[in-house]
Amino acid sequence: MDSISLIGMASVFTAGITIAIGSLGPALGEGRAVAQALGAIAQQPDETNNITRTLFVGLAMIESTAIYCFVVSMILLFANPFWDYVLSKAGG
Amino acid sequence: MDVKAISPDQIVIWQSGGISLNATILYTWLVMALLILISWLVTRRLSSDVRISRWQNVLEIIVKGMQDQIKDISQQETKAYLPFVGTLFLFIALSNLLSIVPGYIPPTASLSTTAALAICVFVAVPLYGILQSGVAGYFKQYIKPTVFMLPFNVMGELSRTLALAVRLFGNIMSGAKIGAILLAIAPLFFPIIMHALGLLTGLIQAYIFAVLAMVYIASATRASQQRQEKQQQEQDRKEMIQNG
Repeated sequence: MDSISLIGMASVFTAGITIAIGSLGPALGEGRAVAQALGAIAQQPDETNNITRTLFVGLAMIESTAIYCFVVSMILLFANPFWDYVLSKAGG
Repeated sequence: MDVKAISPDQIVIWQSGGISLNATILYTWLVMALLILISWLVTRRLSSDVRISRWQNVLEIIVKGMQDQIKDISQQETKAYLPFVGTLFLFIALSNLLSIVPGYIPPTASLSTTAALAICVFVAVPLYGILQSGVAGYFKQYIKPTVFMLPFNVMGELSRTLALAVRLFGNIMSGAKIGAILLAIAPLFFPIIMHALGLLTGLIQAYIFAVLAMVYIASATRASQQRQEKQQQEQDRKEMIQNG
């Protein structure tokens, strides 16, 4: 197998795995966080503002791990340095 | 944005000699011009009458809302923080919301813009901290509770700047990207729904960026404030004991 097809295959496969595993964890975590926050709001409706703000900030924190995985998979697919290197070698 | 383009930096609109104008810079200027124009037009005829113009009403609601949020988070006077945090929020919110306009590419979908904004926060946090508690007082925070925590504190400072930049970039870029991908496989209807969802995420991301910036600034300034309050209480108690 030549290096072009090997790098292409590895990049596409890894991009898929990255976004799959990377979205699994944060999704579970965000589900738990929202469920807890809803429970807290149901018990103490007066504190809704505080809870909502903290929830949003926390969700952003949790979500950023998924976003990192997304950025990595986008780099693998569209801005892969190894792919560009091999293409430039093959072309020139 | 094209499916293959990962950032609007790659879209060059005008080029002459060594200078090139890409989409990020152009649309950043557009957002800046819009913000300046709107605020100039509205604040030209401010009135403290009972009847105010509807534009003034909108502006008052926005500014008051930001003030309340800052006050809630920092538990301090908002005057020093409102210009910086409010500008961050307004700029990011407007540049995200305008993505509903066809042909517009949000400048926040480029890592250069978001990195610049995050570096602004990175510089502003020590600045506010030093203004509040002095150079020695601020840098003493880095060696608390022990000197061994110094590298971790510095690392935390750097990594949260990176997280701020990549979070905003990833969210907005993914929105633009999903629009482009859906346009290729299911045009006409689904891209519109995802765009409407993008408005919501864009606004939430602007809010989160501003809130996180405020939380970081507050954590740099609040420690010294608490120390002063404690000293004050201590002094009061001593005086009370002395006075009997």
